[in-house]
Amino acid sequence: MNIVVCVKNVPDSETRIKILSDGVSIDESMIKFDTNPHDEYALEAAAQLKEKLGGEVTAICLGDDNVTSTIKRCLACGADNAIHLVAQNSRMADSLVVAQALADEIKNISFDIILCGKQVSDTDSHQVGGLIAQILDVPCISMVNEISVSDKNVTASRDVEGAKEILECSLPCVLTAEKGLNKPRYPSLRDIMKAKKKEIKRKEIMLNQGGIEILSMEYPPPRNAGKIVGEGPEAVSELIKLLKEEAKVL
Amino acid sequence: MDILVFAEQRDGKLKKTAYEAVSVGCSIADESKGKLTAVIVGANKRNLAKELGKFGASNILVADDERLGKFVPSAYSRVVSSIIKNQNPDVVLFPFSSMGKDLMPSVAARLGVSAASDCTKVEISDGEIICHRPVYSGKAVAKISFSNKPAVISLRPNTFSITEKPVSTNITELEIELSPNDFLTIIKEIVSAESKRPDLTEADIIVAGGRGMGGSEKFSILEELADLLGAAVGASRSAVDAGWRPQKDQVGQTGQTVSPDLYIACGISGAIQHIAGISSAKYIVAINNDTEAPIFKVADYGIVGDLFEVVPAMIGELKNVP
Ligand SMILES: Cc1cc2nc3c(=O)[nH]c(=O)nc-3n(C[C@H](O)[C@H](O)[C@H](O)COP(=O)(O)OP(=O)(O)OC[C@H]3O[C@@H](n4cnc5c(N)ncnc54)[C@H](O)[C@@H]3O)c2cc1C
Ligand SMILES: Nc1ncnc2c1ncn2[C@@H]1O[C@H](COP(=O)(O)O)[C@@H](O)[C@H]1O
Repeated sequence: MNIVVCVKNVPDSETRIKILSDGVSIDESMIKFDTNPHDEYALEAAAQLKEKLGGEVTAICLGDDNVTSTIKRCLACGADNAIHLVAQNSRMADSLVVAQALADEIKNISFDIILCGKQVSDTDSHQVGGLIAQILDVPCISMVNEISVSDKNVTASRDVEGAKEILECSLPCVLTAEKGLNKPRYPSLRDIMKAKKKEIKRKEIMLNQGGIEILSMEYPPPRNAGKIVGEGPEAVSELIKLLKEEAKVL
Repeated sequence: MDILVFAEQRDGKLKKTAYEAVSVGCSIADESKGKLTAVIVGANKRNLAKELGKFGASNILVADDERLGKFVPSAYSRVVSSIIKNQNPDVVLFPFSSMGKDLMPSVAARLGVSAASDCTKVEISDGEIICHRPVYSGKAVAKISFSNKPAVISLRPNTFSITEKPVSTNITELEIELSPNDFLTIIKEIVSAESKRPDLTEADIIVAGGRGMGGSEKFSILEELADLLGAAVGASRSAVDAGWRPQKDQVGQTGQTVSPDLYIACGISGAIQHIAGISSAKYIVAINNDTEAPIFKVADYGIVGDLFEVVPAMIGELKNVP
């Protein structure tokens, strides 16, 4: 079972975002980066499938030199080798452009499953997995929280509005991971040491322009602290009254 | 500008997202003096078409085929992308629901265009379509424009208002061709949720609990409150990771982004990753026994106190009112 897992590094979830004076980008100088949360579930799923079925896991990351720590993490958490597609200023590149670049590289690998996160927490785009599948013309099951692989098929389940769906498709395919799929492992010191010997293939690429332009970046309208209605159950009547008469939401 | 709207239906019912998208589409089409076309895909769904006429959709295309009774991503994507190629609209609107999350990228790739997901505002400026979309988990908002046609956009559910505008409808049934290749993914089973409560992303009101709940059985008071309000029940990541609530109930950066009219946070501290999921709620109420809890910094109304006293008092108060 050969598995490709697509992993991005993103600003750590605690990070405060500072928009630069150009009005279209953010100040990355003070930011701590981390593996995109949903990609950790994808990586763990890849590692578990390999442990069960054998084969190889290739991690692929597109980004600038910041991604090195994320690549090392992949190699310590189950990836056998890694590809770093080196592209500057690609953080907010549009999804089609990123998916095309990833697909162009993945085409050269013989894969059974491509695992992605369902969404990254910087572009918040939720598109790349589906795009890669369509570009490579293979089926895709998205937002999966359970996977079982047999001979030539994958069965996976996911939650949609009001229901749980169980879907099946043939290999090769793309799966995108939802939180809850598994519990990502912490690498042991031994895993970290072993990872140092693994190969990272670096490849400089140029990204296309894409069809979307960011005109400006703004802060969301601030949510200000409202009023403390009161303390304890005595405040409830007043709260309900405010919700009915002031907010008009009840 | 000619607008094409994918009107989402599931189980024979049009979703709220369909009315939202048609309302947005109608207002852009009116403003730019263009045509609005709505597309319904399913099996025996002709009867739904007229419904959309109440919201300004005069041209409705129905792709009706027995094999499309359930949402099969690859087949729907084939059908919708060939309709788009045929109609050649300037703008295509999808919902950012689980169906739209599957459909939009696949359709965009077939058309070879870049698409913008989870938009919270769509407007026309100097004859161009401009979208606002939250990025960095809602810590910034990007304003974007498109250089490719059509501009493919998905809309955050529960964010756009639905406007009635009755028009007479012109309903066209389409001949569709499907091949076995369009059914790469098959649906083995659909298990409907046992709960009759609305889905988090579609609910007008959400009652959510965090670590302060202290255990799974304690959520019964939130369920009781939710049922009185017709609300959904949500949870913080701590409550989900403790096994008190299922993953699908999680609100926040690694859970659901929700946009209800009212979000009632009980025993939730208000971590930045939780706030990421509720910043587009219209009103936030916080019930927490710690005056310093960060949730009070974003809540419109707060009660400082023990939720096990406050929530039952709310239930009592609501039950008393006829
Ligand atoms: C990458 C990443 C992603 C994350 N994604 C999410 C996410 O999607 N969603 C999410 O929620 N979190 C997320 N988190 C976790 C987040 O950082 C917090 O740990 C979490 O939100 C805390 O949950 P909580 O508010 O329920 O618990 P706590 O922070 O422990 O807060 C419990 C609150 O309950 C109050 N309380 C206790 N007892 C009572 C009582 N009897 N009556 C009233 N109040 C009481 C306390 O005063 C306290 O404020 C993420 C973290 C990371 C690192
Ligand atoms: N720059 C990137 N490098 C590697 N994988 C990526 C990159 N961007 C997106 N992905 C993958 O695609 C998934 C969905 O991303 P997105 O559509 O941008 O939300 C992510 O969870 C990753 O698995």
